Amino acid sequence: MDLFEYQGKQYFARYGIAVSPGDIADTVEQAVEVAERIGYPVVVKAQVKVGGRGKAGGVKLAQDVDEVRLHAGNILGLDIKGHVVHRVWIERSSDIAKEYYASFTLDRQNKVHLGMLSAQGGVEIEVVAEENPDAIAFLAIDPVRGLDVETARRWVNDAELDEVAREQAAELLVHLYECYTLGDCDLAEINPLILTPDNKVHALDAKVTLDENASFRHPEWEEFRADEFEDPREKLAKEKGLNYIGLDGTVGIIANGAGLAMSTLDVVNQVGGSAANFLDIGGGANADVMASALEVINTDPKVKAIFVNIFGGITRVDDVANGVLEALQRVAISTPIVLRLDGTNAVEGRAILAPHLNDSLITEPTMLDAARRAVSLAND
Amino acid sequence: MSIFVDENTKVIVQGLTGGQGRFHGLRNRDYGTKVVGGVTPGKGGSDVDGIAVFNSVKEAVAATGATASFVVVPPKFAAAAIIEAAEGGITFIVCITEGIPAQDEAVTYNRLVEDFPGVRLLGPNCPGIISPGKCNIGITSGDIALAGGPVGIVSRSGTLTYQALYELSQQGIGQTTCVGIGGDPVPGTNFIDCLAAFQADPETLAVMMIGEIGGSEEERAAEWIKANMTKPVVSYIAGVTAPPGRKMGHAGAIISGSKGTAQAKMDALAAAGVHVCLNPTEAGQKMGEIVKAL
Repeated sequence: MDLFEYQGKQYFARYGIAVSPGDIADTVEQAVEVAERIGYPVVVKAQVKVGGRGKAGGVKLAQDVDEVRLHAGNILGLDIKGHVVHRVWIERSSDIAKEYYASFTLDRQNKVHLGMLSAQGGVEIEVVAEENPDAIAFLAIDPVRGLDVETARRWVNDAELDEVAREQAAELLVHLYECYTLGDCDLAEINPLILTPDNKVHALDAKVTLDENASFRHPEWEEFRADEFEDPREKLAKEKGLNYIGLDGTVGIIANGAGLAMSTLDVVNQVGGSAANFLDIGGGANADVMASALEVINTDPKVKAIFVNIFGGITRVDDVANGVLEALQRVAISTPIVLRLDGTNAVEGRAILAPHLNDSLITEPTMLDAARRAVSLAND
Repeated sequence: MSIFVDENTKVIVQGLTGGQGRFHGLRNRDYGTKVVGGVTPGKGGSDVDGIAVFNSVKEAVAATGATASFVVVPPKFAAAAIIEAAEGGITFIVCITEGIPAQDEAVTYNRLVEDFPGVRLLGPNCPGIISPGKCNIGITSGDIALAGGPVGIVSRSGTLTYQALYELSQQGIGQTTCVGIGGDPVPGTNFIDCLAAFQADPETLAVMMIGEIGGSEEERAAEWIKANMTKPVVSYIAGVTAPPGRKMGHAGAIISGSKGTAQAKMDALAAAGVHVCLNPTEAGQKMGEIVKAL
């Protein structure tokens, strides 16, 4: 789960990482109230989960109440790369002497944690990595041993942060590592991490991705969930407990297993179509799950055909067939459904469907045939 | 021959008394796997359909001589169960549990490497391993596999593993061993471990490798194949159309920035001389041609 900047800052604060004082606002009036409370000058920042906010006009400095009104009014409702701004974060403007970069993530290749620290912050780290790789100090951290402040001190020296910033930065990095590990982040990134003219180090931005698998030990994540989905289809799918990702195409996809679901998207694309979604119903392809899956896909006006791709393993295809029939009685589906049923009890499953087949309920013998059929129906 | 497990492998099931453990443990036994015990703390002395249950892995190993463990416990207990298996003397651990926090996996993996270098972990979040006709540990349906070789299969995805087994079995092509390495970011066993074992196994004559987006294991495997592999490899990579930045069902299946794309993996494999196919059916057909020509 990706957090908004303001949520990331709230999460950082839990772990003792210094952030600018600020608050959220959903309306111009709230923005004014917050700005008056924290004092000018303030920065008005669009809260969207996409990069390049500044260039899109989503980050503005305001010296007084009129400017807050103006900027908040412009930014709220602004469309930034398809993400509409519903909320702004207002924070006290910081004077900046230096901009650094710091992050922790998993090094999948070496199966250890990877810290990245640079004295050249404020720009995308990918750009720094490309143009000036020596400017990034990489630190491999054994997850069993963790990061101590001694190591962090050597690290800030290696990264050549300004002398006055080093001790504060070392301590902040230890806190950021705690946030990353104890806080179960996939990514904890500060860009920029700033040094102010009065020699204070703090986080000016926050990019945090939480590991959903750890939600069982983080009841505090509940507050982040309300704002998790911007796509209404994904919100509905989440409510129904489905593993769904919304896309832009016209063929709705239901498959069992993440790999097969991904593969189904690919095959639809190969035969000239485009998928409307990724949806893995896992091993539980019963009537309830199937009805929920069809219901979510049915809310998508772009969908012109649905491709159900099932390979029975533990999942029995006869159960799937019964599930589909039962689901169709519960949900009125407006588009044709093409099924490919293989694996355990496929013969029985196809026999169950046979008497019900018509122009809008079709079976095909292979994944490719079914993909072609679904795509041709969607493109009609 | 087979890799990692065979007809002599003695297996205990950690979590045998749970719903999933009982279902899959008994299925594995019915397949012919030597399931010699179960472990559930507090339930020692009982049995599950005639399989003795012990309080700890240590007790189970002492009583049965098991060398392999099938870990089928909920995510919050999985890391501890894996370490208990290693401490108890198990050398091959299969963990099918999906949903273990990445931080736990990272710590567990490194603890095994540092403190138990002789232990191999398969998974987590994997379908397990089957050496057809000999041993099946995990959730793969045994009836879609065909004994006798000559193909070895290694895969990151469960359903695509089944699909691969099925495509081959339908053509009458058997498998030596089929290994599901799992879709999580920190797999205990990787492609190279399996490719090396297949390369060393005289009865495996060709290998099917199924990858997906995320990470760089396929690219590393490609380098290894180029340098070491003399047996033909057929590959399929899922996720060509996956959008960047989204986890596609598996925790590890995510394109980060420009890294981990299916195309980069396919290019790397093709450059290493691997037969790269565009869908599972095509991969099955290609393997059919290769086996016929052997």
